[in-house]
Amino acid sequence: MKRRSWWLTAVGVLFTAAMLFPVYWMINVSLTQTSNMRKSPPNLIPVDATLQGYSAVIHQQLPYLGTSLIVALGTVVVTLALAAPAGYSLAKLRPKGGGVLNFVLLIAQMIPAIVMAMGFYTIYIKLGLLDSVWGLIIADSTIAVPFGVLIFTAFMSRIPDELLQAARIDGAGPIRAFLSVVMPVSRNAVVTVSLFGFLWAWSDFLFANTLDNGAGLQPITLGIYAYIGNNNQQWNAIMATAVVASVPAAVLLVLAQRYVAAGVTAGAVKD
Amino acid sequence: MTTDRSRAGSPGRRREGAAHIPPTRGRQASAWWRAQAAAWGFLAPVVLYLAAFYAYPLYRNIDLSIRSYTLASFVTGDAPFAGFANYVSIFHSSTFAPALINTTIFVFVSIAFQFAIGLALAVFFYRSFPLSGTLRALFLIPWLLPLLVSASTWSWMLNSDSGIVNSFLQAVGAAPIDWLTSPHWSLAAVLIANIWIGIPFNLVIMYSGLQSISADIFEAAAIDGANGWQRFWRITFPLLRPVSAITLLLGFIYTLKVFDIIWIMTRGGPATASTTLAIWSYQLGFGSLLPDFSSAAAAGNVLIIIAVIFALIYIRARNRLETT
Repeated sequence: MKRRSWWLTAVGVLFTAAMLFPVYWMINVSLTQTSNMRKSPPNLIPVDATLQGYSAVIHQQLPYLGTSLIVALGTVVVTLALAAPAGYSLAKLRPKGGGVLNFVLLIAQMIPAIVMAMGFYTIYIKLGLLDSVWGLIIADSTIAVPFGVLIFTAFMSRIPDELLQAARIDGAGPIRAFLSVVMPVSRNAVVTVSLFGFLWAWSDFLFANTLDNGAGLQPITLGIYAYIGNNNQQWNAIMATAVVASVPAAVLLVLAQRYVAAGVTAGAVKD
Repeated sequence: MTTDRSRAGSPGRRREGAAHIPPTRGRQASAWWRAQAAAWGFLAPVVLYLAAFYAYPLYRNIDLSIRSYTLASFVTGDAPFAGFANYVSIFHSSTFAPALINTTIFVFVSIAFQFAIGLALAVFFYRSFPLSGTLRALFLIPWLLPLLVSASTWSWMLNSDSGIVNSFLQAVGAAPIDWLTSPHWSLAAVLIANIWIGIPFNLVIMYSGLQSISADIFEAAAIDGANGWQRFWRITFPLLRPVSAITLLLGFIYTLKVFDIIWIMTRGGPATASTTLAIWSYQLGFGSLLPDFSSAAAAGNVLIIIAVIFALIYIRARNRLETT
């Protein structure tokens, strides 16, 4: 029995290695000398590795990374501020017509971003919001807000009613109850929504490319895109930027793995 | 989940409310109104947000699609009404048929592979073994990476001259393939990348579906002498059917929207070889120096109609899953 399960582990490691090969390849290429880039066959491991790709990142891409960070954090704040109260209301306050709103939120998640981008473009061009951090934060938040409301509703409906009744008996109004009772016990939901909101905004390319494509503040996805588009053959620099752009995903996976799995399933199926 | 509760819950709420409030008709009614005002007060920000940043952009999109807009129209503000002319012209466009066919192939082939591989891996990981949790977590990485990162990595791996995939093909004696530049292969190339990205999502959902099946059922089947293959096809698969339906429909809706991967890897080309409806809509609106926003909006709206039809099927499937 024991021997059999180690055999399964070996197969599992093999599957995982195959699945993660592109990730390994990205790191390998990021460390390859420019002169070895077109070598055939390519080096399978980074022999005479170089950090020249990473030094290009530091010299050219830091402002992009800063913009991405601001946009992603802004998206998280906007999403939490909108989704948490809405989730509380739908889970606990039973508004008349809440079912309709739930339905609208589900449909909203299905709308292709390309269509939203076009709508935002026509609005932003009038309001002068193109190429602005705020414009991008608002556009990116549309990916996360409907998801956030669904997650908060699912998590908060598990809060025992007795807890809220106790708060009411102590004289807390709905706002006090929300801030000092509901929010503190909803930490998991806050983490899950923040994590996905951050990752989606960080990874966004379509909104950035349509709404923020002028000069000035651009996120890291546009930094990589500009690298590729310039017919730049410095694939070590491109892949080094890609590795750096993947760091948040890796960090979040290590720190908050269980929230990721919870978010994937709660967003799709009943909990 | 929530729709059901609010439907079933509202009589319960009234009873619970009645316990706190003296049975005067007027007082009870005013308390009900106060509770509703509080409930909608918490919802107000999101409702305003949906109106301003969902409904309004979508309205603008419909408006775009029934007028003839040019870049100048944004400045002058006048665009002549065109009715359905933009829709007629996109249906007659020589790109429409390839885009529709490519979208169909892209969506169905992606989903078939993602789902089959995801389910197989879920069944594999379900027999927990040392390190299975860690390995399962590592499988999430492709799904968490920015799409642009995955797409550019695959671009380089599939590069005709210096890509690792062609090196491998040559090493095993096969002819190299112009993955990204051949009209016969570019759709396959973006499919490979997209399937890779979608496997983790399917794995996680199908795994959670497996976990909700009681282990007793498998034990009973094992005692009755069912082998692994029989257990899968007679027990696991039928019991997973509701979760599978949802995973497939969500996969459908997500895949329909895919833009980043195709745009980075092939830009829909060569010619229209990997152009989907989403890519086409983008090309019309933003892909050239002479944007045709009205046609782009019309193509986008066709995409929305397809997505919403499947969204409604998804919601039905989900509600049915909740009632069982």
